[in-house]
Amino acid sequence: MTAIPLQLPRRLVEFTLDGQEVRAPEGATVLDACRAAGTEVPTLCHGDTLTPKNACRVCVVEVEGARTLAPACSRKVEPGMRVRTGSERVRHSRKLVLELLASSTDLSTTPHVAGWIREYGADPDRFGPEAATRAGREAKVDNDLYVRDYAKCIMCYKCVDACGDQWQNTFAIAVAGRGFDNTISVEHDAPLTDSACVYCGNCIEVCPTGALSFKTEFDMRAAGTWDEAAQTETTTICAYCGVGCNLTLHVQGEEIVKVTSPHDNPVTHGNLCVKGRFGFQHVQNRE
Amino acid sequence: MDLRFTDAKPTDEERAAVDACLGAPEVGWEGGERTAEELRWARGGHAARARRDQLLPALHAVNDRVGWISEGALDYVCRRLTVPPAEGYGVASFYAMFALRPRPARVLHVCTDLACAARGSAALTGALAELLGPPGGAAGGVRWQPSPCLGLCERAPAALAIQAGEQGPQAHGTDAADLADPVDPAHPANLTGSVGPAGVAGTTDAVHPPYRTGPVDRSGLTGPADPRGRVDRAGLTGPAHPTGSASPATAADEAHPAHPAGAHAPAGSADAETAPYCTAVVGPATAGTAELAAVAPCAAPEEPPAAAAVPQAGQDGLVLLRRIGRVDPADLDDYRAQGGYSALRRAFALGPAGVIREVLDAGLVGRGGAAFPTGRKWEATAGRPERTHYLVCNADESEPGTFKDRVLMEGDPYALVEAMTIAGYAVGAHRGYLYLRGEYPRALRRMAHAIGRARARGLLGPDVLGQGYAFDIEIRRGAGAYICGEETAIFNSIEGLRGEPRSKPPFPVERGLFGRPTAVNNVETLVNVLPILERGAAAYASVGTAQSTGTKLFCVSGTVRRPGVYELPFGASLRELVELSGGVPEGRRLRAVLLGGAAGAFVRPDELDIPLTFEGTRAAGATLGSGVVLLLDDTVELPRTLLRIAEFFRDESCGQCVPCRVGTVRQEEALHRIKDLTGAAAAGDIALLREVGAAMRDASICGLGQTAWNAVESAIDRLGVYAGALPGSGPAAGTPADPVDGGVR
Repeated sequence: MTAIPLQLPRRLVEFTLDGQEVRAPEGATVLDACRAAGTEVPTLCHGDTLTPKNACRVCVVEVEGARTLAPACSRKVEPGMRVRTGSERVRHSRKLVLELLASSTDLSTTPHVAGWIREYGADPDRFGPEAATRAGREAKVDNDLYVRDYAKCIMCYKCVDACGDQWQNTFAIAVAGRGFDNTISVEHDAPLTDSACVYCGNCIEVCPTGALSFKTEFDMRAAGTWDEAAQTETTTICAYCGVGCNLTLHVQGEEIVKVTSPHDNPVTHGNLCVKGRFGFQHVQNRE
Repeated sequence: MDLRFTDAKPTDEERAAVDACLGAPEVGWEGGERTAEELRWARGGHAARARRDQLLPALHAVNDRVGWISEGALDYVCRRLTVPPAEGYGVASFYAMFALRPRPARVLHVCTDLACAARGSAALTGALAELLGPPGGAAGGVRWQPSPCLGLCERAPAALAIQAGEQGPQAHGTDAADLADPVDPAHPANLTGSVGPAGVAGTTDAVHPPYRTGPVDRSGLTGPADPRGRVDRAGLTGPAHPTGSASPATAADEAHPAHPAGAHAPAGSADAETAPYCTAVVGPATAGTAELAAVAPCAAPEEPPAAAAVPQAGQDGLVLLRRIGRVDPADLDDYRAQGGYSALRRAFALGPAGVIREVLDAGLVGRGGAAFPTGRKWEATAGRPERTHYLVCNADESEPGTFKDRVLMEGDPYALVEAMTIAGYAVGAHRGYLYLRGEYPRALRRMAHAIGRARARGLLGPDVLGQGYAFDIEIRRGAGAYICGEETAIFNSIEGLRGEPRSKPPFPVERGLFGRPTAVNNVETLVNVLPILERGAAAYASVGTAQSTGTKLFCVSGTVRRPGVYELPFGASLRELVELSGGVPEGRRLRAVLLGGAAGAFVRPDELDIPLTFEGTRAAGATLGSGVVLLLDDTVELPRTLLRIAEFFRDESCGQCVPCRVGTVRQEEALHRIKDLTGAAAAGDIALLREVGAAMRDASICGLGQTAWNAVESAIDRLGVYAGALPGSGPAAGTPADPVDGGVR
């Protein structure tokens, strides 16, 4: 039986969100409050299963009296604070963050971003054709299970956090280098097969841009056969051991193309091991 | 933690360097010989991981010894400290002074930053390229590379040569205090004597600025103008060369500067493997002197004394600089004879709350750039119920054009030791970390020596001055990262993580170093506490203005006759300071003054009446920042200067947040496009710069990104750099820079 931890009832904090008096539980973030109030705030580096890193800055909001904008994903609500999510300053910074990211990274597989670029009127091309970009980086295909396509990486730190002390405790990858040249890397930029990686794929689970993807997905995209609309998702229970992890099988045609786990599942919180994540070939082995 | 290591093995030399820093490995689990018995138990957990903060010192140890960090060495360091190799690699690759690929043992860092660029670093690098080949190469066992500001602006253009070898500063662990440092043997009396009575004048005497004719040698390296014979070669002479044993300087010494290094590493000897670790500072450098220092740093002429950077040295009326040039920086007794440790006695008499009260009443605000009230910071830290509190002294002085902290530490190191002790006492800390710039070898030697002496005399340790208060100071050396001067990045760097800023809140006073309440203060801020306690808050606050009390150190550099650190009471005008420093050389015209460094703002020559106070510069839309006053005359090409500022921020951005990581790149690209354009041709890119700048200022995590556009913006708006013609006398329209963003720290 699943134990559901009961928490003490939390006090409600009153504050102003876009001119409306709202209440949010003490300890909630501005982002939580915005989502509860139905206010849309774009996010990229925020993960529902991870501690906010607030690195991408696309979720910034204006807190009255503050010198700079605040990241909604990590700023906690305070009584009486006055938050604006649609002010000129906010829209300007969000637009620029989108332009800076889109001009330096391949965002072609990042969900939602095309809509935000339209909504905020961002024009990533205005930095000119010579603008430095990491979009040309070669994808790292060094194992049979997943691909690291760092041309698509926005340096959100989520994979590092998932691999490290927030979930997997494997510490196979870290941020290396500094500034614009930084990258996610194993030690000495070695192939994954020489690293501590245990192929749990929990980094893929949290990657917001598709920089990390199943080899199956990567190959199908390259072949032009990847069709998300044609995929079904079936959640089942992993049969490898007795833990009872939920698996969501993404099936296209008659093939399992990808395996995820529901983030709200109390057993996995979206995490799996190598068997649940990648051990699906036997299901469709027809020989 | 179940770590996986590669099979790469360290060489004996690398292993010895790491073991000298961390001690020999106790068990096979952390890299020692594995015994059969050890296979029956595992070592791990919190105890094994608790030494993560030794990562940076251990990496330094390898880099100092071998010149670069190999796969095997990094692996061994990680094994010793139970650090995941990927994270060890991430940390090592963060710092500019570490190399992860083979490089020669001798590296020459040639400053190309603002102050040096204004004094001919381009010609220097051009000539070096002819002598040694393009930067980054390895001609003749030497690599030379351009560098951000080395903090040697008064000797611009400057270079720093480092030779990897044995007996580096980390060789005996970070606590090694009396580290074979003979310090300055020359008697300080020499210096004050040579200034002559003409040099002793009021500090604010702007009409007849004191001009030192004697000891300040800026003409060359071995010029006879320096009356002090120098035999100070740290790491070479060893403890066998006790302080003060050198005979007083004579002019004859100058012809052949004495160098005990001769016995160890004669110039030209290519035997770098057995060579000792040593450093040499060259300034003002020519290609010849720089190459000479790079090839044989042990035999390079000694630096001029710290007092040579203080044109006012020896004058009456100085407060923070009063002992520079008068006190022997190696001699604790001399320091005490000149008033040292009276402030600490007063502190013990007042008690911690009393000290904080005095500092609050004195109105002291931080001198690192952000101008936050020091007393409030201390009060907040002291009042936190969690225990262990820490003190961190931010000596990672890297704002281009800033060198005041270096001069303080080199010229009067015990003052900082005493001030840190007082600060630690006030905030309830028993351990203070001195985070010192990696590019300051002499300040490191002096501070290590001073801390060791203070400890030996019971002024640090379990029972300071017999008052039952325990306090000790540990030096941590930076490794080439401007961002580590940010008040939260400094914690990450000390803890052995990448030096990336943390997001605030929580603030350092709540959760700082190792997650504990921490007071982090700049060197100059701390040294101000001494006169506050010695003279009392009221006397201290009577100097300066109502909102900016006391005196301030200004780092004057660029195209100026007498560059150096100047001390003036708050309220003096920029004009007084410029006149005190002699202004631009004869026949030139002042074009602009950069106040506050790369994160500061430009002002025009017709704005020299700006009062040098926090509120005065703020009202004028500028900032005092860290006290940088960089003069640029009409020969300096401002678009190139702006491009250098942009390059600096691009290089030094940690890369954590998008606005700064990509914004600094876009800023540099745009400035590059318009470097030869004006008027309408530049208008499009200037509009783009404004948009990028606004987003960097509003949305970056820390002060680096938030201020990366300040100086460029002020140059466009106030100087009209791309306007086509020089601006008229009236101020140009535009948004003044946000004064609160004064500096990264």
